Amino acid sequence: MHVEDKFTAETWPAAPEKQTLEGKNKFLGFWLFLGGETVLFASLFATYLALKDKVPNAEHTLAKDLFELPIVFVATMLLLTSSLTSVYAMYHMKNFNFKKMQLWLGLTVLLGFAFLLLEIYEFNHYVHEYHHTFTSSAFGSAFYTLVGFHGGHVAFGLLWIVTLMVRNAKRGLDLYNAPKFYVASLYWHFIDVVWVFIFTVVYLMGMVG
Amino acid sequence: MSTYAQKKGFGATVWDYLTTVDHKKIAILYLIAGGLFFVLGGLEAMFIRIQLAVPNNDFVSAGLYNEILTMHGTTMIFLAAMPLLFAFMNAIMPLQIGARDVAFPFVNALGFWLFFFGGIFLNLSWFLGGAPDAGWTSYASLSMASEGHGIDFYALGLQISGAGTLMGGINFLVTIINMRAPGMTYMRMPLFTWSTFVASALILFAFPPLTVGLFLLIFDRMFGSNFFDVANGGNTVIWEHLFWIFGHPEVYILVLPAFGIFSEIFATFSRKRLFGYSSMVFATVLIGFLGFMVWAHHMFTTGLGPIANAIFAVATMAIAVPTGIKIFNWLFTMWGGSIKFTTPMLYAVAFIPSFVGGGVTGVMLASAAADYQYHDSYFVVAHFHYVIVGGVVFGLLAATHFYWPKMFGTMLNETLGKITFWLFLIGFHLTFFIQHFLGLMGMPRRIFTFLPNQGLDAGNLISTVGAFFMAIATLILLYNIVVTSVKNEKVGNDPWEDGRTLEWAIPSPPPFYNFKQLPLVRGLDPLWIEKMEGKKTMTPAEPLGDIHMPNNSFTPFMISLGLFVAAFGALYREDYHWGVMVLIAGLGITLLSMFVRSVKDDHGFHIHKEDLLNDDDKGGKA
Repeated sequence: MHVEDKFTAETWPAAPEKQTLEGKNKFLGFWLFLGGETVLFASLFATYLALKDKVPNAEHTLAKDLFELPIVFVATMLLLTSSLTSVYAMYHMKNFNFKKMQLWLGLTVLLGFAFLLLEIYEFNHYVHEYHHTFTSSAFGSAFYTLVGFHGGHVAFGLLWIVTLMVRNAKRGLDLYNAPKFYVASLYWHFIDVVWVFIFTVVYLMGMVG
Repeated sequence: MSTYAQKKGFGATVWDYLTTVDHKKIAILYLIAGGLFFVLGGLEAMFIRIQLAVPNNDFVSAGLYNEILTMHGTTMIFLAAMPLLFAFMNAIMPLQIGARDVAFPFVNALGFWLFFFGGIFLNLSWFLGGAPDAGWTSYASLSMASEGHGIDFYALGLQISGAGTLMGGINFLVTIINMRAPGMTYMRMPLFTWSTFVASALILFAFPPLTVGLFLLIFDRMFGSNFFDVANGGNTVIWEHLFWIFGHPEVYILVLPAFGIFSEIFATFSRKRLFGYSSMVFATVLIGFLGFMVWAHHMFTTGLGPIANAIFAVATMAIAVPTGIKIFNWLFTMWGGSIKFTTPMLYAVAFIPSFVGGGVTGVMLASAAADYQYHDSYFVVAHFHYVIVGGVVFGLLAATHFYWPKMFGTMLNETLGKITFWLFLIGFHLTFFIQHFLGLMGMPRRIFTFLPNQGLDAGNLISTVGAFFMAIATLILLYNIVVTSVKNEKVGNDPWEDGRTLEWAIPSPPPFYNFKQLPLVRGLDPLWIEKMEGKKTMTPAEPLGDIHMPNNSFTPFMISLGLFVAAFGALYREDYHWGVMVLIAGLGITLLSMFVRSVKDDHGFHIHKEDLLNDDDKGGKA
C-alpha cells in the first residue's frame, strides 16, 4: 500500500497507522519518545518531592493549606474524559469515518481547553490568595515547574491536534495522515497518564500533609 | 532524475549541505563540526598544560583558567566526542544494516543543526562577557555564585544541543529496529551497530534528566526560581543527582560506540570472525543497563551515607565484569588471526592496555572508603582521561582512518597515520600516566597553579611535554587529511581488502541511495560469507525497482536558528528591555517552522528503475 492511494471504508486497512514504513517508524519513534518523556517527568516528580513544603519561613503556605479538592477533581474529570473522547476518535479513524473522527477530536480539544482554563484559574488563585508564586519558595518553584510542564504539554497538544484537524479537514483520511492522528492521540493519552500521577502525588498526597 | 551526477558550484554545494537529509552528508557535517570543536577543546587543553608547566605560572589568570578548564571539558564531551561518534554512526550504521537512510531523515538533519547552534551559542560566551567557569559538571553551589552570563551560556547552549542529541538517539533506535535488510537479524548485526543501538537507548533515557537539570538551572539563574537557593528552601544536591543520572550513562554513551568500532577493526585486521560474538552483545547490553545504576559513585563524598555508598560501590565494580569479557574477546579475536598492523589496528591494539589502565583505576575509585582520598585529585583526572582518551579518542582516531575511504572515497596516508599514532600514543601516556602520582601526592583537581618544591614540579612539566606530542600528532593528522584530499586517489568498494560487513559491499563513497537492490544477509559478516564462496558482491534480496527517497529541507536549519535566537532573549531578558521580545521572536521562528513542516506535505520522490540502470558505473549493485 502507498501513501497516496485512495481508500473506501471497505479497502481501508486494519491498522492504517502502520501500513507504510514511514508510519511504522513514526509509531515506534513516538513510543520511544514517550519513554524519554517519562524519564523527564520522573525527574520533575523527584525534584518536586525533594522540595515539597520547603519554604523560607513559617509565613509561607504549605501544600496541605493550598490545594482544594473540588477544582482539581473537576480538572481531572475533564482530562480523563478527553482521553476517552480521543479513543473514540481513533475508533472512527480505524473505521474510515473521517467526520466522526473530527467530531470526537473536536470534543477532545474542547475538554483539554477547559482543563487548561481551569489550571490557569487555579494558578492565578494560588498567586493572589496565598502568595504562592514561582519565585516565593523552592516549593513554589518545584510546584509550578512540574504542573506547568504538564500544562505546557497540554497546550502544545491542543495546538497540534487543531493543526491536524484544520490541515486535513478537506481531504479526509489517507495513509499519510493516519499515523499523524494516531501519534497525536498517543501523546494525548500520555498527558493524561502524567496527570493521574500529578493528581496523586501532588494533590492527594499534598492534602494529607 | 539523473541530475545528481552533475558537478555543482560552490553556492549550490553549500545550499545542498544546509538542506541535506542524507545520512552520509549529515555524517560529514558532524565530522567537520565535531572536528572543529575537537581542535578548539584541544587548544584549551594546551592552555591548561602550558599554565601548569611550571609552578607559580602566570600564563593565564585564575579566573580565565577556570573558564578554559570548564570549556575544555564541556566542549570535549558534548561538542567533540559525541558529534564525532554521531558522524560515524550516521555514516556507517545504516550501511551496516543494509538501509537506504535512517528512519527520520528530516529529524536527523534537525538533530545536527540543534547540536551545531547549541555549540556555537556556548562558544560565543568567549566574546560576550566570559565563558562558564564552574567546571563541566557545573555544580549548583558553584554555578549559582558565578557572576556574568557564563553559566547561562552553558545551560542554554547545552539545552539546545542536548535536544539534538536526544533526537539522534531515537532516530538510530528506530532505524535499527525497523530498517534492517532481509536476513539481518539482531544477532547478525555488526558490533558497531549493536553498540550504536545500546548507546542510543542510553541517550533516550539519560538525556531527559539533564534537560530537567538544565531547566532548573536556567529558571534559577534567569527567571528567579529557588531550586538551588538554600535560603529559600532549595537544595543543591538535586543538581548533583540529576547531572550524574545523566552524566554516568553519558560516559557509556561515549565508550560503547568506541568498543563497537574496535570490535569491527579487530575482526577485520585479524581476518577472523569476532571471538565470542554473542557474549560481546550480552556484555554491551549489560554495561548499558548497569550504567544507570552507578551515578552516585560520583557523589561518595557528598554525604549520602554508608548504605548508599556501599550499594553504588558494588554496582560500579560489577561493571568491570562485562568490560573484562570484552577485553578477553578482543584478545582471543587476535589470537591465531592473520594480523595486519594498519593504522586503525595499531589504535585498537594500543587501546587495550590503555583502557585497562583506566578501568583498574576505576575499580580503585569505586571503593567508597578509598575514594575519600582520591576525590577531586589529579588521580581522578588521570583516570577519566585514560578511559576517555584511551577509549573514546583512540576509537575516534581509529574510525577516522578506518572509515575515511568509505566516507570520502580516498585513503588517508598510512605512513602519516602511523606517525600520528605513535606520537599520540606516547604523548597520551606521557601526559596522563604521571598524573596518577601527582594526584596521590596531593595535587588537587582544577587548581590554576601550584607552589614550587612540593614534589609536583617535574611531574607537571612531563605532563605538559606529553600534551605537545598529542598536539603535534593532531596537526599531522590534519596535514594528512589535506594532502590526501588534494591528491584524491579514488578507491573501490573494499579498500582495506578484508571488509566483512555490508558497508564494504558498495562503492566508496556510496551512491546517495546506498543500495541499488537491498542485499540478502545470510549470516554474521555477510560480505565475508560471500567472499568465502568466491563471490565479489552480495546477492540481492529484491528485484531492481523504483527507490523512494526523502526531499531536502531548509526547515531543520530554521527550527534550530529560532531556538538559537530565543536563547539570546532568555539570556539578556533581565539586562535589556528587548530581551523578552527576542525570546518570543525566537520561539516564534521555531514554532512557525514546525507549523510549516506540519502542514506542508512531504512525500519525497522516486528514483526510477531506468535511471538506476543508467547509473551502472556508480555501482551500488546490492
